[in-house]
Amino acid sequence: MKSLKAEHNILADGQEQLKILEHGQTGDFALIPFQQKLEQFDLYPLKSSQIEIFQVNIGKMCNQVCKHCHVDAGPDRKEIMTRETMQQCIDVLKVNPQLKVVDITGGAPELNVNFRWFAAEIKKLNRHVIVRCNLTIIVANKKYYYLPEFYKQHNLEVVSSLPFYTQDRTDRQRGNGVFEDSIKALKMLNAVGYGKNDTGLILNLVYNPAGAFLPPSQQSLEREYKQALMERYDIEFNNLFAITNLPISRFLDYLLQSGNYESYMEKLVNAYNPVAAANVMCRNTISIGWDGYLYDCDFNQMLELKVNCSSRHISEFNITQLNRREIVIGQHCYGCTAGAGSSCGGAVA
Amino acid sequence: MNNNYYNSEDLKKFGNISDFQKNLGEKFFDYYGEVFKDSELTAREKSLIALAVAHAVQCPYCIDAYSSDAYEKGWSEAQMMEAVHVACAIRGGASLVHGVQMMNKVKEIAM
Repeated sequence: MKSLKAEHNILADGQEQLKILEHGQTGDFALIPFQQKLEQFDLYPLKSSQIEIFQVNIGKMCNQVCKHCHVDAGPDRKEIMTRETMQQCIDVLKVNPQLKVVDITGGAPELNVNFRWFAAEIKKLNRHVIVRCNLTIIVANKKYYYLPEFYKQHNLEVVSSLPFYTQDRTDRQRGNGVFEDSIKALKMLNAVGYGKNDTGLILNLVYNPAGAFLPPSQQSLEREYKQALMERYDIEFNNLFAITNLPISRFLDYLLQSGNYESYMEKLVNAYNPVAAANVMCRNTISIGWDGYLYDCDFNQMLELKVNCSSRHISEFNITQLNRREIVIGQHCYGCTAGAGSSCGGAVA
Repeated sequence: MNNNYYNSEDLKKFGNISDFQKNLGEKFFDYYGEVFKDSELTAREKSLIALAVAHAVQCPYCIDAYSSDAYEKGWSEAQMMEAVHVACAIRGGASLVHGVQMMNKVKEIAM
């Protein structure tokens, strides 16, 4: 399977995706605009509260090609953050202590040759660092077997996708053999202390639906995951984050191909929750693209919707301006406000 | 009026039942909501029971709703089909067990 970009699919273009989200594939499907929903609950314009989370996408290259991936990541993606841009990120962190959490994502961030250096440099600044590890990278090649020890050495929080605790659903979404490799990797992480009580080494898992539906209750699902993974594989972890699939990129392609697009969008709109809308992650997050441009969130990044602010690149980062910015919204935002809400840290309501 | 007795769009209007009788409708939906909460049985287990019952009572709205709900709550296709077979076995068994009554009657009147 190739990325949408490698296939020259029109959905590789953010503008084309936005057109479909506004008017449907044939131009005759429109739902209540997200802005109007926010207005109904006095939440428009949606403003940044105060940026605390600095999320850096250090490259779109990945060893997997998941069917739902909003990054359209894969082995054929060559967009990788340079060491110079990473240095600019570090320089910004040095002078902005309010950026307490650094969330390193991709692609598979470990495929960036400067990943280790970058993570270690940020830890020297005494920040909490999250790495979004897809698990299979750990066992993809012997040269990555060191990763659990490396995460431990720098006390990185590991957040890993495991769409379900059964092989069938996981492999359908992430590719054949992914579940088995993920279990091996989880065992390696447990072996160095990740996910174990009293080690302080945090291992959080991410559930996202393997189909055109919303996540069930995060709390109930976490109980089921813990029980199933312990009973079947003797695996432990800390928390489960239930994340809704946003209707963009490859998941949008799936929705359109499977004829589920309209019903999924209706589902998201009908499940709009104003409490979730008030707590959306973009209010306290800034997302940095592989080339240093700034976005309100990883989803806006993939739709090429840059921040609505004169400070648009890491080289011109101005926290005062960014803290006052208006968030750029669109119909895809319904994905973060449906039901219990959704963020990179799971439910928000 | 639609020409079909069943229309999938009508499922979305289930909540409107209260429009004609507010008090009873609201009591029903309060009760319904309470029944499906996590309690001695989990909401997930209840969803699979509901799926089986939906097939037993052959309600297309319920089958639509609980096929989605059970799958969303993590039951596999095979588990869901086994639940349908349970409903089928009970329905079939309910007919067949009446065969005993037939046998009793025949034995009563036959030489």
